[in-house]
Amino acid sequence: MMKLVHFELNGQIVEVNQGLSIMDAARQHGVKIPSLCHHPDQRVKANCRVCVVEVEGQRNLVSSCSTPVTEGMKVRTNSPRIRETVQTILELIFANHPQECLTCVRNGNCELRHLAADYGIREVKGEMTCANAPLDISTPSLVRNPNKCIKCGRCAEVCHHVQQTGILYSHYRSVDVSVEPEYGKSLAEVACVLCGQCASVCPVGAIHERDDIKKVWAALDDPEKHVVVQVAPAVRVSIAEEFGSAPGTIATGKLVAALRKLGFDRVFDTDFSADVTIMEEGHELLHRIKTGGVLPMITSCSPGWIKYIEHNFPDQLPHLSTAKSPQQMFGALAKTYYAKRAGIQAENMYVVSIMPCTAKKFECQRPEMKDSGFQDVDAVLTTRELGRILKQAGVDFSVLSEEEFDAPMGISTGAAAIFGATGGVMEAALRTVYEVVTGKELPNIEFTPVRGMEGIKEAEIDLSGTKVKVAAAHGLGNAKQVMELIKAGQADYTFVEIMACPGGCIGGGGQPYGTTNAVRKQRIEKCNGWAKDVRNFLHYVFNYSKL
Amino acid sequence: MLTALHHNNDSVFRLSLFQEFPTLMHYQSFGGYEALKQALTGNPVNIIETLAAAGLRGRGGAAFPTGLKMQMVRNNAEPVRYVICNADEGEPGTFKDRFIMSHIPFQLLEGMTLAAYAVGARKGYIYIRHEYPEVQDTMRRSIAAASAAGLLGKNILGQEFSFEVEIFSGAGSYLCGEETALLSSMEGKKGRPRLKPPYPTQYGLWGKPTLINNVETLANISMIISRGASWYRSLGTSDSPGTKLISLSGDVARRGLYEVPFGTTFREMIEEYGGGMKEGGSIKAVNIGGASGVVVPPWELDCTLEYQSCQERGITIGSGAVFVMNESRSILANVHNRVEFFLHESCGKCTPCREGLRQAGRIIHRLIAGEAELSEVDNLERYTRAMQNAAFCGLGQAAGNSLISSLRYFRQEYEEACLDSTQRFERREVTA
Repeated sequence: MMKLVHFELNGQIVEVNQGLSIMDAARQHGVKIPSLCHHPDQRVKANCRVCVVEVEGQRNLVSSCSTPVTEGMKVRTNSPRIRETVQTILELIFANHPQECLTCVRNGNCELRHLAADYGIREVKGEMTCANAPLDISTPSLVRNPNKCIKCGRCAEVCHHVQQTGILYSHYRSVDVSVEPEYGKSLAEVACVLCGQCASVCPVGAIHERDDIKKVWAALDDPEKHVVVQVAPAVRVSIAEEFGSAPGTIATGKLVAALRKLGFDRVFDTDFSADVTIMEEGHELLHRIKTGGVLPMITSCSPGWIKYIEHNFPDQLPHLSTAKSPQQMFGALAKTYYAKRAGIQAENMYVVSIMPCTAKKFECQRPEMKDSGFQDVDAVLTTRELGRILKQAGVDFSVLSEEEFDAPMGISTGAAAIFGATGGVMEAALRTVYEVVTGKELPNIEFTPVRGMEGIKEAEIDLSGTKVKVAAAHGLGNAKQVMELIKAGQADYTFVEIMACPGGCIGGGGQPYGTTNAVRKQRIEKCNGWAKDVRNFLHYVFNYSKL
Repeated sequence: MLTALHHNNDSVFRLSLFQEFPTLMHYQSFGGYEALKQALTGNPVNIIETLAAAGLRGRGGAAFPTGLKMQMVRNNAEPVRYVICNADEGEPGTFKDRFIMSHIPFQLLEGMTLAAYAVGARKGYIYIRHEYPEVQDTMRRSIAAASAAGLLGKNILGQEFSFEVEIFSGAGSYLCGEETALLSSMEGKKGRPRLKPPYPTQYGLWGKPTLINNVETLANISMIISRGASWYRSLGTSDSPGTKLISLSGDVARRGLYEVPFGTTFREMIEEYGGGMKEGGSIKAVNIGGASGVVVPPWELDCTLEYQSCQERGITIGSGAVFVMNESRSILANVHNRVEFFLHESCGKCTPCREGLRQAGRIIHRLIAGEAELSEVDNLERYTRAMQNAAFCGLGQAAGNSLISSLRYFRQEYEEACLDSTQRFERREVTA
């Protein structure tokens, strides 16, 4: 049982679990202490100092994020001294922050601006010292604005300790401190995989997705263009958050209705091509098992992951499935199969995809993604951009009635719905393999976490007498561990799923702000709710495909 | 370096031991290494108890009880422990550690060895600042000599105890004198402070329990062990036993390093040890504790050098730097110099230090240039309070100390700078 401690919070004795920080303990008792560098999924940094409180017996104020509550401690979170200090620190940050709130991408959901409002900052007394450094617009996915950076270190922390890509780091010292790639290089010049986790945790507008809304409006406004849209599975469990709903709210029908209101000629579903991916990968796996191909086979849906293996394990590329990602399969099919069926010239087609992902913006521009003779996917909007474009169009998400995807590329088995959460792609593909080999439905897969490796799980499946060991990893830090095992020849897996982002696509770098691990869990639960339906659908698909 | 040490029979640093080119034989001929010989045959805990009874406190600035710190390392369950001697001596106006290492290196090495025996460490490092290359050479030679004589290395003095000492050179950052930044620097990381707790005594170098002490603290140990706690307590006062090395500089007649018993007033230091003001000038202000210390007016100088009484008056003894300013000195120029220093040395990690110093620097610059408004002095004070209250580590907090004391005692000078441009111009001429 957890040990309890008692402490005095603003004059009241309260009881909390031992080991909590003053900040967390106070939040449990209805006192919200301001914070900027604090992130619930990250190590304590205690850089920003806006969370300072008074602890009796301590000469200076202490940062509540880093100080654990102890028995009998006397804490004050609100006093003239604290208010003056916090206001001064906020003013100091503002004096070094461009006053461009009206035109900032974070207008409305900036953590710094919220604090400015809460603390009633009406004037910045210091000298404006913000730099006018050029923006990093070197990649199709992300824009880094060093002028807006408040040096909280949240992006560097996720880049180093979660993704372990080590791209963003705090350089130099004193007022020259800058969080940037090594040697002042641009993101395109370093091994950044464009996963966008940095943008997801940034409290301000210092790094964000490249906004492609204008491109999409231009296509929608062009009467010559036949504009189709595809929506990734992970977007339907998160888009409602952009309109104030709780994390994990499923909004598939409303999402379809909203996209139709925007003026898309057809509203399709990435689940359609995800089904194709399942079939492709399932059969490729079978083929590799039967013919002694390179094993383990590793999934290839996540563009951040693809870029990661290309940079960091180039000699391991043969392990990747040759299947394209669902987004790109959709683009190729839309501009060939669908265009032909609908009697539309491919050059008049415009394919937009709505993705939880910033790396998808990079993926669609890769030179090899031109099977139709044109760029297969023309523009990618993240979930956050979708929220903004809907607001621009005046779509009132809350009163929409539910609608269905268009045929034919909106029809799917539903199997792909679980793609959004970690392990989903592998499970869907394994079910294909299992049904093809055994003719039976795959019973529940019992995943067990790999010892000592949080974020990696494995399972063993009996394929008509052949034991097949599989694993799923999410987050590139975990992927790295799996890859090192594979490279060293110490992994006896047959099939491995790797997703670049923590939690899989539901935790993607393009998802609504506030994507914490707790929010990821809520979204995953909804995805797993689909799993039962998925199995029924899969059974149907295989019986159907045998005909 | 102009150096004279006040000498009497009851001092920790005996004048007879100083040599331009120190030798082990000379140190031993004056009873050096007798304390180690005596201690190695006894229980290590005896050393800790003696130091605790003597009331020795850290001489680097924080004044943490040395015995208690040793006890915390000793009590740790982890068997691998380290002793680190902090010889980063970056505090402007401080030159005591340099003197000890240059002229009585064996007193430091003996102290370190005793400390290592007390806490159960087998490996020690002396973190010497990059700007002291000749000191590094002296220490290296001294370590070699002690090792050759069986006073360092395997089975010291034929006993079971083994202890090795290595020199680690800093790279020029002031902040690396802060113990956790020092550890980060030694581990090859950026020299930025770490969160405390865990303290180095629990989680120090490479995550192992580590005793980090200043050069002067460690150099005190052998004399306390050989002459006993009650002898040590006979020096200084009951609140602050022993002596303190004071680096006296500025407009005094005899600048230099003095060993001063606790209880001496700052005025006595200037008048008696320093021989009064140079060329008959009068004292305008005294900067106590280096750049991170305070600026006080002459009427505060009757304060005695004691931890308690200094704390009550808001004076930080710090590393023991005393810089005396005569009437011709400008407080604003002095503060400007310190703010520029801290602005250069801030690691930039936390907001109050990075941005507060940036703004403070701008305001002082405007004050000196005659462009500041009176309201900016209030802003400066508010930024300073924020630094003092909320900075991550001692650097930012202390940068606030120095500013706030100058604002307390010499506010008029700040306000005048806003008012009269002629006076301001003249002052700049004088400063230059």
